[in-house]
Amino acid sequence: MAAQSKSAKLDRKKLFSDPVMVGMISVLLIFLVLFIVYPLFVLLIDSVYTEGKLTLSVFQRVLSMQRFRTAFSNTLVLGLLTGILSTAIGLLFAYVDVYVKIKNKAVGKLFNVVSLLPVVSPPFVLSLSTIMLFGRSGIITRSLLHIYDSNVYGLKGIVVVQTLTFFPVCYLMLKGLLKNIDPSLEEAARDIGASRMKVFTTVTLPLLLPGLGNAFLVTFIESVADFANPMLIGGDYDTLATTIYLQVTGSYDSTGAAAMSVVLLSLTLILFFIQKYYLERKTAATLTGKASRARMLIEDKSVTIPLTVICCLVALFVIIMYIMIPFGALFKLWGRDYSLTFKWFDYLFKYSGLKAFKDSFLLSVIAAPITALLSMVISYLVVKKKFKSKGFIEFVSMLAMAVPGTVLGIGYIRGYANGIFHTGVLSGIYGTGIILVIVFIVRSLPVGTRSGISALRQIDKSIEESAYDLGAGSGRVFTTVTLPLIKDSFFSGLVTSFVRSITAISAIILLVTPQFLLITCQINEFAEKGYYGVACAYATILIAIVYLSVLLMNLFIRFFGTSKKIKEEK
Amino acid sequence: MLKESKGIRLEHISKIYQDPKTGKDFKAVDDANLVIEPGSFVTLLGPSGCGKTTTLRMIAGFESPDEGEIYLGDQPINELTPNKRDTAMVFQSYALFPHYNVFDNVAYGLKLRKMDKKVIHDKVMEILDLVELSGMEGRMTNQLSGGQQQRVALARALVVEPSVLLFDEPLSNLDAKLRVSMRTEIRNIQQRVGITAVYVTHDQSEAMALSDQIIIMNKGVVSQIGTPQEIYYHPADEFVADFIGEANFLRGKLVRKDGEKGVLSIDNHDVEVDDIGNFEVGSDCTVVLRPEAALLAPEGQLPCKVVMSCFMGEYQNYHVMVGDTLVKITDFNPKHKRIYRVGEEAFVKFDTCDVHII
Ligand SMILES: Nc1ncnc2c1ncn2[C@@H]1O[C@H](COP(=O)(O)OP(=O)(O)O)[C@@H](O)[C@H]1O
Ligand SMILES: [Mg+2]
Repeated sequence: MAAQSKSAKLDRKKLFSDPVMVGMISVLLIFLVLFIVYPLFVLLIDSVYTEGKLTLSVFQRVLSMQRFRTAFSNTLVLGLLTGILSTAIGLLFAYVDVYVKIKNKAVGKLFNVVSLLPVVSPPFVLSLSTIMLFGRSGIITRSLLHIYDSNVYGLKGIVVVQTLTFFPVCYLMLKGLLKNIDPSLEEAARDIGASRMKVFTTVTLPLLLPGLGNAFLVTFIESVADFANPMLIGGDYDTLATTIYLQVTGSYDSTGAAAMSVVLLSLTLILFFIQKYYLERKTAATLTGKASRARMLIEDKSVTIPLTVICCLVALFVIIMYIMIPFGALFKLWGRDYSLTFKWFDYLFKYSGLKAFKDSFLLSVIAAPITALLSMVISYLVVKKKFKSKGFIEFVSMLAMAVPGTVLGIGYIRGYANGIFHTGVLSGIYGTGIILVIVFIVRSLPVGTRSGISALRQIDKSIEESAYDLGAGSGRVFTTVTLPLIKDSFFSGLVTSFVRSITAISAIILLVTPQFLLITCQINEFAEKGYYGVACAYATILIAIVYLSVLLMNLFIRFFGTSKKIKEEK
Repeated sequence: MLKESKGIRLEHISKIYQDPKTGKDFKAVDDANLVIEPGSFVTLLGPSGCGKTTTLRMIAGFESPDEGEIYLGDQPINELTPNKRDTAMVFQSYALFPHYNVFDNVAYGLKLRKMDKKVIHDKVMEILDLVELSGMEGRMTNQLSGGQQQRVALARALVVEPSVLLFDEPLSNLDAKLRVSMRTEIRNIQQRVGITAVYVTHDQSEAMALSDQIIIMNKGVVSQIGTPQEIYYHPADEFVADFIGEANFLRGKLVRKDGEKGVLSIDNHDVEVDDIGNFEVGSDCTVVLRPEAALLAPEGQLPCKVVMSCFMGEYQNYHVMVGDTLVKITDFNPKHKRIYRVGEEAFVKFDTCDVHII
């Protein structure tokens, strides 16, 4: 390309004559650089630059730690197992959903609930219930099976919990892909005599392979980045995320933690790039377009019954695990005394529980609208506008998806405790609610942006162009046309980021100061100490809050959602 | 309308895009020079992908040219954003605001101009009356038919009283019948308002019916500018002749010249021509002969052999061979004429003034 073509120059001139655009872009750039790029950059600097010299000594020190090496291999093993299991179960659910004829309506409901649960549940709730079901004083292990030395802690515990937490994501991803497979491909194979199993292994599976890889990597990344579950149920099975946390809070070695963070970050980033830029494209290439017509569903009972039963059992199991939580809060003493009591709730409210809810709620309520608005602005710029730094903005806001919370937390500690580059600039935000709100925003931004982008892609570009053409500036176009058209997406982004914020723990736990009490940190603390009753009481109320907000969102979208109304009438 | 309409001038306008497959630069519009007179109706006509939309979007300001300057009236507008340009566009997809009703759609541009509520109301009603949508102002846009939606789009563009109206294939989503009646309506409204209009289409009959001037584009280059008659009777090159209507091309050589008139040799037969243009004696040239301008007759300029003869109702359709060249002839109202059969020998006959050479 020419160094600077005339059209590019003109485009830039036009851009700069629109103050709202310039404002939006500058604010975004500053935000992204300060709170995503800079903290990660600081980690890199920290780990290669000591006492004025470029050196790999920190890495050498960290790599020689047995603890680190174990954590590294532990992390990979965990990611691998969770990834494979989640993908497999997700595939089973997707296959049954798309291919198998299910007459019973309740089964369909069950599937729906399972796909919704990961949205509304705090990320580590399943750890709690696993301990309560299978732990030393678990209902199943102790009370039913009379095993008194059961040990759920360690790899198996984490794998079970993570798999049950993440497989619904795989289920939804794969369901979308399976629906796009043209039935005539499979019918052609059936026609020339292939058995159903043969069709699945020779036609369906190869078509799905990139999608499976995609689902596997997404879960792998989630698993590797997960902090709370390994913390609660990992026992002495340390992963990178927990080791980094302990390195800071236990050994006060934040440069070491920085180097470890760089390793963890590189791992997730590499996987993320493979997933995003290779597999996702490949998936799109093999499975394009819509299925040409409805699929003949499998009715053969010898196939449908076993598959459906397995899925229902898994689903029921997951649901039971969630039901455990309120019971955990209502029983007098888990494992010993199952009489009902409100004492854990009483305890919670007597000892600063109210403050925890107030703080968590307040910070999340502040973060949510900012996140929703920022992600809509980013989506708008990315989808509808062209300018030089657009690639950067899109890249960085997606990058945040691949950054484990723990890494981000360490980055903020290293980057802001003494101000930017140790100059004291902005050190004022460290240890305050502001930095917590910022963390909430950064952690939810990629999700909101992704949904905003897909919502905006569905809107005909010329609708906004016609507003622009009639004399509206970019800000006006955004508020009078774009935003009203993606109101649903905006509102669900609002609720999603609220939910993600109020249930967040990994980065927050490193940054929170005694001045703030957060629900998730409280749950973690009480569960660590073995006060499951209180932990469950907190978790119960948290789930209720989250569930209510999702309910509210659905109600709002049903009654006020414009885009829905428009779509339906068409 | 009260406001005086303005002309548009494109001087050496080029637009470079990257080919999405190869990544190589190519010129979607190549050195376009256009003068569009105030108050005239001009169409950009050409096959799909020839750069019409790109040209129109450069006038609207959505795309920036890589070379040249665009003038609205006498003002250069390259650096103005679309919202600062005094143009209004009607899109192929109508691009109505789905969350507004008809009234608010039309009022959108006026509200941006911070007009008095009463004034806005009156103007909207007046324009809805003009496009025959009175009484529909409370409807949501998805409760309208395609034709009605297009009228709303037109009203929304007209109501802001732009100096220039831009249309990008506005009728291509409508069915054939509606397309014909809507184009008449668009032309009528444009004439009544007296606004300058630039209209993009790939449909030659639309262009013919609407335009004062037609601009033919091919692969980014402007091939010809002229009135519908000029374009049809005096096409500048084979592309234009072939694109507009049907045309036969006969290769020949100019053998004699007498002022404007001359004699061509085609397939070793002398053919007289009224207007030889700038050709010199001895130069090769191509004769453009419209199928409806020629007849089959017992005698005429060029001997031929009939290879196809087909009754089409309003005309008899012939394919004949003149030497090695296939010539199509449509003989209108053939009821009482002699019909030639396949294999018969005859002559192609035409008036000396109906031959155009390029
Ligand atoms: N944004 C773009 N990027 C790259 N190529 C483009 C873009 N817009 C149009 N083109 C290409 O430019 C050429 C002209 O496009 P267009 O003006 O839309 O044609 P028309 O409207 O005459 O059908 C086409 O080859 C088209 O593929
Ligand atoms: Mg076009």
